[in-house]
Formats: sequence, C-alpha cells, structure tokens
Amino acid sequence: MDAPRPGVERSSAESGNWTLRVRRSIDRRLPMDHLLPDRQPYFVGSWVYVFGVITIAALVWVIFSGVVLSFMGPQWWHVSGVGRFFNSLHFWSVQVFFIFMVLHLWGQYFMASWRDGRASTWIIGVVIFAVSILTAFTGYLSQQNFDSQFIAINAKDAMNGAGVGAFFNVLNFGQMYGLHVMLLPIGVTFLVVWHIVMVRTRGVVKPIDRGGANRQ
Amino acid sequence: MKDVTQEEYYRGIPMVPFDLVKELVIAFVGVGALALIVSAILSSPDEPPVTIASWAQTDPVDFVTTATGELAGTTTSAGYGQPYNATPDAAQTWGPIAPQVWFGVRIPVDSGNAFVVQPLHRAAVNDRELDGALNTWETASSEDRGKWTDAYTKALEDASVSGGKVTVAEGDYGPLPVMMASLLGMAQSGALDGVLQISGRFYQTDYTPALLFMGDGGYLDGLADHWSLHGDQWGMMNETGQYPGQTWLWLYTMWYQVFPFNDDNGIAGLNAGNADLGIIVLMTLLTAALALVPLIPILRDIPRWVPIHRLIWRDYYTPKRRSE
Repeated sequence: MDAPRPGVERSSAESGNWTLRVRRSIDRRLPMDHLLPDRQPYFVGSWVYVFGVITIAALVWVIFSGVVLSFMGPQWWHVSGVGRFFNSLHFWSVQVFFIFMVLHLWGQYFMASWRDGRASTWIIGVVIFAVSILTAFTGYLSQQNFDSQFIAINAKDAMNGAGVGAFFNVLNFGQMYGLHVMLLPIGVTFLVVWHIVMVRTRGVVKPIDRGGANRQ
Repeated sequence: MKDVTQEEYYRGIPMVPFDLVKELVIAFVGVGALALIVSAILSSPDEPPVTIASWAQTDPVDFVTTATGELAGTTTSAGYGQPYNATPDAAQTWGPIAPQVWFGVRIPVDSGNAFVVQPLHRAAVNDRELDGALNTWETASSEDRGKWTDAYTKALEDASVSGGKVTVAEGDYGPLPVMMASLLGMAQSGALDGVLQISGRFYQTDYTPALLFMGDGGYLDGLADHWSLHGDQWGMMNETGQYPGQTWLWLYTMWYQVFPFNDDNGIAGLNAGNADLGIIVLMTLLTAALALVPLIPILRDIPRWVPIHRLIWRDYYTPKRRSE
C-alpha cells in the first residue's frame, strides 16, 4: 500500500511526509488483519476468551441507554414508564458489564496475560476497572432518589477523610452528574479502545510453558 | 522482551479459522436480549428521595431535635471539621497523615446559622414574634444559649406531637419554642427545602446544605437501616428493594466489617474513628498492587502455581494436540 502510484516517482520530499510516516507506522504495528483477524492460534478455545468481548458488548448497551437517559434529562426516568425502562436497561447493562469485566480480569490473571511484553495491557485494564468503578459510583449518586441521598451522605466521609471531598463533592449533584455523563464515560471508552488496540497489536499471549517459564 | 511481530511470536503454532466480527455481533445481541428481558421483568430501583418536608411531617420531634442540635453545635456537621469547618481534632488522621486537615476549609458550613437562623430570618419578615425571638437568640450570651438548648433538647426526649406540632413540658427554653415552631412550620410546608437551596442564583444543583442537615437527623438514618444501606451492613453493595448495589465494591466494603476498622481502639493508630482514611489508603495501595502485578514476585507467579491455566488451555496441554 506504500508503493508509489504508476508513473509517479517517490521523491525525497515524500519520505519526509509526516502523514505517510504515521500511516506506515500504523500499518506496521497494527495491520488490518491483526485488528480484525480471521485466524487465531489453536489454543484460543476457552470461554474465558469471550468474557472480554461480552464486557465490550455490555459497555455498548450501557453507553446507548446512557445517551438516551442524558438526552431526556435526569428527571425523565422518574416520571415516565419508557424512561424507567431505559433506566432499567442502563442499570442491568452495568451489572453485566461489571460481572464480565471481573470475570475477564480473573481469567487474565490466571492466564498471566501480562507475559511476553504485555504488562502495559494489563495495567491499562486495571485502570479501566478503577475508572469504571468511579463512573458507576457517580451514576449511583446521580439517580436522584433515596439511594443516591444516602450514598452521598455516607461517601462524603470517605472522600473528606482522603482530603478530596471539596474537589470531588459527592453532595453536589451537578458535579457528579457532569462527571458521570461526560468526562468519565469518555475516559472509559478511550481506555477500552486503547486496551483493545494493544491486545490486537500483540495478539493473545501463549500458554504458560510446561517448564514454568514466565517471561515478562 | 524484544519487540516481535505476531508472525514471529506465533511461529510454529497452528492457526485456526476465527470470525471476530461475528463473535462481537453475537455478544452484542445476546447481552442486549438479556438486559432487555431482565429490564422488562425486574425494572430498576427508584425509592423516592426524602425531602425536608417529608422528614418534618413524618418525624417532627427528630426534626426539631436536630435543628436544636445545630444551634447547640452538637450535630455531626456542626463539629465535622474540614472541609466544612475548623473544629479542632475532628478530622480523620493517621499519625502524620492528615489530608483532611491539609486541604483546609473549602466548603464553609456554619450549620446552626445556615440551617436554622438564616432560614428563620426569611420567615421573620412578616412575623414580629419570630423576629423578637431571633433578636433574643442573637443577642444572648453563649452561656444562656447553651442553657436553653440543653434544657430544650432534654425536654424533647418526652415531647408529644399533636396536629404536626411538637409540645414539650414547661421550662426555661428562652426563644427556642417560638423559633422551632416557625422552623417546623416552614419545613412541613416545603419552604425550607427551597430556602436551603438558595445560593443567590436561580439555577442550583448543589445539595450540600440540605443533605448535611438531613444527615444530622435520625429519620434518614432509620430508613437507610431498613434498606441495609449502612456501612456496617455492607451498605455500598446494597440497594433499596431487592436489587443489587455496587457489588464490585465488596472488598472496599468488607474492610469496614473487620478489625481494626470496626473497633474503637484498633491497632497501630487505625480504628473505627479514622476508618475512612485508613481504608482509602489501603484500597489505593491494593489497587496499585493489582495494576503492578506483572512486576511483583509471588503475585505474578501464582498463576503458574495454580493450575487453572491448564483448564483454560486444555487443548494446548493435551499431548495429542500439542504434537500436531
């Protein structure tokens, strides 16, 4: 794909073209047949490999239902049957998302998936887990019902004890709602995309050697 | 490890057909179907929020007791410490670690003034008796104020309620009966809900004052106890009704149930009094350890010792397939 078009000589200026260099770098690191593979090593046969895919699928449903809820406003689902249904869809998608993310995490742990240069993929996965917890936490605080009231009153002590209560004020609905519908979902989505790109770039890790080799 | 291509990494390993897009679509449809069905059948929790009005109507004695406590400075928020006020020795610390103190008073809350006196000043515009009572309160010595709040708080223990009004035995309570009757009336009418949200601007999304005030009372706490939402009831994992809460916080919640975080004396300076700080520090360290597992001996070796990987890669460890 980097070959010059017929009849066009590649000039020295082209070799200094930033766009070309970025494209070549992407082609080299993550060619399309790695991003969307149609073949995989024969040892990839366990259901454990599906947990990550289900987590991503659940995230899509979480974002879809969340976009509908945020578009209609925070009061809507309390007074509308359709709104309540979309809130339920959001609620249960989040439950599925966390269940399979935790299963994915444990599965990858027992596969020691950080081996062979994949430590950064593992670390980003743990960061996704932490940011997702924060996102869900702000969601529970944004429900505008009794549960969110009591979570806020209790959680303020933990935040204040850690010294961050004034900057992350769980009693401030506007701040929690803004974080929940905007900044944190963008953070989770960005990190998940990054995580997927890293997985697809390197491919899945090989099984742990019989001899016990556990290279980093 | 040297940066190798996938072709180099998988050299010699048989490859089999795979359809990633099909797998993604099936997962998307499957999760969607599951979530749609569960949503249709089970719905989701939505217990209505408590308002100052519903609190004052349902439990007027608790409301008046809390308001009196705000004036006396005996409520949680009145003596909370940073970031609301500078009450000495109120902040959670662990030895020299005192982040609550380090960041100072950032959201100033003078609870007696903010939750009781200022709202009453709004109501006193057309109420001479209340205006006089407020004047008496504000010009009284701290000794007189303490005497009145002590006596009134004690009398409230045997208070009776009739027609939504709170009645206590005769005694020297200074202006408190007039002030509290007015505040209770404001609260029961719903006016206090609005007054506590006024911040000099029309739009308002910060519920800090109202939530701190309600948190000082016993009414909201009692409802939370009914739904098992307290910290010592694994509260963060629970929801109202029969719904799951933030079950992924089980480890964080667990620490509140065990020594030293559930003990008044504790050990090494960690106890129930500074449990929030201790548990946040502990969870931060544990999260960092989880992220850094690839670099931590023993933790990174456990998967090799525990043969769960042999179940996951059953094909690989089966001699027949491996020799192919």
